[in-house]
Amino acid sequence: MPGQRKVYMISGGVTKFAKAHPDMDFRLMVKRAFDYAMKDVPDLKTSGIESSRISYFSDHFARQLKAASMVQDYLGLNPKDSRRIEWGGATGGQAIQAGWETVASGRNEVCLVAGFETMSHVETWKGNEFIALASDTNFDYPVGGFYTGYYALMVQRHIYEYLRKTKFAHVKDERKAQREATQEAKRIMAMVSVKNHINANHNPYSQYPEKLSMKEALGREMVAYPLNRPMICTMSDGAAVAILASEDVAFKYTDHPVLIKGVGCGTDTMRLADRPHGSVPLFRWEKAEDYSGLRYPGVHSFRAGRAAALEAYKNAGISDPKKELDFVELHDAYASSEIQTYEDIGLCRYGEGYDFVDQGHPFLEGIEYGLDLPHRGTIPVNPSGGLIACGHPVGATGIMQGVFAFWQLQGSIQKHFGNDKLQIKGAERGLIHSHAGTGSSVTVTIMERA
Amino acid sequence: MAQLKKLARFRDVMKEVNAKGAALYKNPVGTEDLVILSPYAINYIHSYAEDSPFFLGLARGKIMGSECKACHYRYATPRSHCMNCGAETEWFTLPNEGRVHSWTTCYYGGEEFLKETPFNLALVEFDGVDTLLLARLKGAKEADMFIGMKVKAVFRRPPRYLVSDVHFVPSEKPRKN
Repeated sequence: MPGQRKVYMISGGVTKFAKAHPDMDFRLMVKRAFDYAMKDVPDLKTSGIESSRISYFSDHFARQLKAASMVQDYLGLNPKDSRRIEWGGATGGQAIQAGWETVASGRNEVCLVAGFETMSHVETWKGNEFIALASDTNFDYPVGGFYTGYYALMVQRHIYEYLRKTKFAHVKDERKAQREATQEAKRIMAMVSVKNHINANHNPYSQYPEKLSMKEALGREMVAYPLNRPMICTMSDGAAVAILASEDVAFKYTDHPVLIKGVGCGTDTMRLADRPHGSVPLFRWEKAEDYSGLRYPGVHSFRAGRAAALEAYKNAGISDPKKELDFVELHDAYASSEIQTYEDIGLCRYGEGYDFVDQGHPFLEGIEYGLDLPHRGTIPVNPSGGLIACGHPVGATGIMQGVFAFWQLQGSIQKHFGNDKLQIKGAERGLIHSHAGTGSSVTVTIMERA
Repeated sequence: MAQLKKLARFRDVMKEVNAKGAALYKNPVGTEDLVILSPYAINYIHSYAEDSPFFLGLARGKIMGSECKACHYRYATPRSHCMNCGAETEWFTLPNEGRVHSWTTCYYGGEEFLKETPFNLALVEFDGVDTLLLARLKGAKEADMFIGMKVKAVFRRPPRYLVSDVHFVPSEKPRKN
């Protein structure tokens, strides 16, 4: 990017994400991930780390204010520059960009990005309440604050715009048409769920690896119509760290650093009810006519994701993401938002997300899914298993994606996972995507093999 | 002091801690972790401030939206300044009838609302208004609801001064099929 120094990721570490880690508090979890990352760059000593950006989402979960200072303290990084980063579900993605900024600006040569969440401290439904407090507490929360409900409202409208009005346009009865479109969307969302759970079977860090079949995926209990249990990520304890360095020092510590090629960030209204109904900010390969009559983003698409991708592609010089990216790790808190995100970040046009899955484009080659996938491997999405199968300890999640992408681009999946089933051969460029608050905050970061 | 129970399943630890206040977790790593109950309750003194007329409106059986004085963008969920042009808005009364813009049925929820499940959420659109309003939709089952369905407002008596003082019900009887 113009006017900025090149920034590289030189190492990473992740704790296994789990429902609960009562044997480790947040400081020890981060320490374990940190020690793992430091072992990979033996010439880097703690004294060589000049600053830290430490992320966690919720003070309610932590029940410890200034927990980031306690991490800084525990890792022995005092009295260096540090700050806490919080941006809802996109906390981890934003922490990586905050680390990138301090190195790109020339302020630091080496910055530690570390994140965690300890969600096991409360029961699941109390946890859902905490998360729902990240919606407007005057107008949204008291109606029945529940994030899965909000995403269900969004995907219902997405189905209406992009299946009801197209594939089911021939069905005359409005209610019948809507119901049939929703059934079709459910089938395709279940495919996403199957993909991510099956990928996770080969990722030892994942919380919910499972040989999930379509029948099982479709048969499990409904949480908020049409989203059922396997289409939704769960709560986790976990930590992840990424070490970033300037070009001057990155190659001193590793022969295989990964360039942070471009960063992007976007926002939208906190309340779903306020989302505008305007026109689509276009990628260069899209035309306004493609979307005539579409009122955008409404509640069906994530304008913040589109804005973040536009900025990141511009900064990374990417003109055709489907060709120029080798994989994507995106924020699939819900199978629905994975499909919506394909469209936001230009893996396909708006309206093509369901077909993109049905044709197999985001599935890995060399993995058995029990599905007929004519075009598999075009661009693998969430080869790690994503949030749905890896878990979502919020402050760690976006950094976890960065670490998995880093290992993919280093070609070191075998070393870190103990098997190379998920290694995308010759991967040169990947995208990580972090998303928060019903799409109110999104980051996109492009990483490239150096 | 009573002997602490040692438990190998964390689920059981949570139960014991809820009942007795403390327990020991024999974790798979081979150490024992002391787990205690740590309650946390707060009463906030919360002012609705510039949003107050909306909640007072619900208490009078009216849904108050806001309209930008400069660009005339109309908000169903009010805000005192326009997000498009930054100008001040003024209050207006929304119609009591609207249409379902999107809907869902929640079978689970946050702890506070878990006892009310299953419940329906709807984003409601109104003629001539640019934004939506989130509310409960009552008196309709999953199979009854659809996008475009006409709904009307019902107000809680007496009011609790919450946004849930208004909910919606179908304007017409659900079709049998």
